[in-house]
Amino acid sequence: MATLELRNVNKTYGSGLPDTLKNIELKIDDGEFLILVGPSGCGKSTLMNCIAGLENISGGSILIDDADISGMSPKDRDIAMVFQSYALYPTMSVRENISFGLKIRKMAPAAIEEEVARVAKLLQIEHLLNRKPGQLSGGQQQRVAMGRALARRPKIYLFDEPLSNLDAKLRVEMRTEMKLMHQRLKTTTVYVTHDQIEAMTLGDKVAVMKDGIIQQFGTPKQIYNDPANLFVASFIGSPPMNFIPLRLQRKDGRLLALLDSGQARCELPLGMLDAGLEDREVILGMRPEQIVLAPVEPNGLPTIRAEVQVTEPTGPDTLVFVTLNQSKVCCRLAPDVAPQVGESLSLQFDPSKVLLFDAKSGERLGVLGATQPAGRVGNVTQMNRNQ
Amino acid sequence: MNSQMGKPSISISRVAIYAVLLLAVVVYLVPLIVMLLTSFKSPEDISTGNLLSWPTVVTGMGWVKAWATVDGYFWNSVKITVPAVLISTAIGAINGYVLAMWRFRGSQLFFGLLLFGCFLPFQTVLLPASFTVGKMGLAASTTGLVFVHVVYGLAFTTLFFRNYYVSIPDALVKAARLDGAGFFTIFGRIILPMSTPIIMVCLIWQFTQIWNDFLFGVVFSSGDSQPITVALNNLVNTSTGAKEYNVDMAAAMIAGLPTLLVYVLAGKYFLRGLTAGAVKG
Repeated sequence: MATLELRNVNKTYGSGLPDTLKNIELKIDDGEFLILVGPSGCGKSTLMNCIAGLENISGGSILIDDADISGMSPKDRDIAMVFQSYALYPTMSVRENISFGLKIRKMAPAAIEEEVARVAKLLQIEHLLNRKPGQLSGGQQQRVAMGRALARRPKIYLFDEPLSNLDAKLRVEMRTEMKLMHQRLKTTTVYVTHDQIEAMTLGDKVAVMKDGIIQQFGTPKQIYNDPANLFVASFIGSPPMNFIPLRLQRKDGRLLALLDSGQARCELPLGMLDAGLEDREVILGMRPEQIVLAPVEPNGLPTIRAEVQVTEPTGPDTLVFVTLNQSKVCCRLAPDVAPQVGESLSLQFDPSKVLLFDAKSGERLGVLGATQPAGRVGNVTQMNRNQ
Repeated sequence: MNSQMGKPSISISRVAIYAVLLLAVVVYLVPLIVMLLTSFKSPEDISTGNLLSWPTVVTGMGWVKAWATVDGYFWNSVKITVPAVLISTAIGAINGYVLAMWRFRGSQLFFGLLLFGCFLPFQTVLLPASFTVGKMGLAASTTGLVFVHVVYGLAFTTLFFRNYYVSIPDALVKAARLDGAGFFTIFGRIILPMSTPIIMVCLIWQFTQIWNDFLFGVVFSSGDSQPITVALNNLVNTSTGAKEYNVDMAAAMIAGLPTLLVYVLAGKYFLRGLTAGAVKG
């Protein structure tokens, strides 16, 4: 049980080489579940190794319960980690794997016995205790790896892509189990993943990383509804957000975006935008579920007719692809609509949910009177730029 | 369809393969058969019969006489080989562990230089080694010879262990460090128990090299401390008296038996270990 704080953490593998981590600022409270998410090579695993003490940081400090642990060796940090490859000791039985860390810490044999029994019961691996890791399935190995971390009752758990070696079905099951486990144990957790669904479902807080920089740090809801920039918007969400590059226009003192499906046009009023946005190249972002089928009765929302090019029925909903302003746009529709390819659909958008990004920098553009980026925990990218 | 599959088809290529294999077997086995047959023959038998003929009288005299001659030298070889093999394997294991899992600045260069040691011919190290051994006061002693064998063997044993250990995931060491284990605990409790195949490879390799070594033996030992290979050479090359081929053959068999025994006992690990190290290197 602990708080974790990273202050201006930097990591480089030598002068001349690009920084692996740049000015990382994070703080999570006791019992919170932090997700580090990003594409491969973004530095998330390095950051986790730095927290664990397996790699030294080049600058800044790492604090657990407000005590600086930056210089401590891994064993003194009271942290347990679950690895992507599980890293079970192959020559030891499951029981020995779980008790290894306890033995090293000179715990009394009776207490070790008790702790192994507790963990085994918690993870339902009691019947596997005398087996070797090689005799276990992937899912069982994953449980043992978690058991090894749980047994020590550390201040913080670190998970390094723990579910990525499991097949799709098991992954979803274990995801739910991990969430249950965290709800019961309430231990501060840092979880690295490249899977944005894991990030959304498991995290109390999410840090989206790219090129060693935290692009945005916030709750899953903030990250999803209120992305700080084009990268975050494109990375989180499946199917991803639609992006339509266009030039903003002004009409009757209001800015608007002009959409063109090839067979119809539609004006998307964007409210009172910051001055100087007129004629600016922007990228308009819309989530697939924010494009809906227009009702028969007109309701005043902007509507456009567009030709269906591809449909992908996924079961719970059908993804329909149309073309707007020469960009492929995905709409998530109810499966009973099931339009045919070549058919024309009447689609409708809610302009207040539309996001705008600068075409050059990818930064989010603020819209006055519409979805003002609120509750965002600092625009970290902006801070880094200024330094 | 079934009858077709069940019937072994005898094709020309199959016959050719077996013919080549059979030829290889003959080529390899004939010298051994000649040695065995000769060692059990009497001297008269050897001078009258041909090489492959069965002994007219099977006699163990050659073996008895051979053992009487090489007895002391055989144990010299044991005293040299056992410590040299064990020490070089142990140090090689720790070296390999460090080079694969605790990389330090310049460790790649260090490994490269060490690898170079594998390609150094025996002859080039003779003078420097004898100089060093002399300075250490170990000239012409069993300890000195063991020392030379250990140093020369380290390049090989380190290479074996390092290549085996790079295929073990780093995460194991990381996990053990987080569990609180230190350098030697990780080595002793986690890495070493996984190392059986490569330990066997090292033992066989080093045993064969050191037991069969002649050059270091003849240079770094003298008189009663000489290994069996040197004694065998002295026996066979002796220029006085009649040639006793049965004794020579028996002595050569005695000199070769220990390595054969090691292969039989640990051979299955040898292939397994070599390939395990070779797949990821």
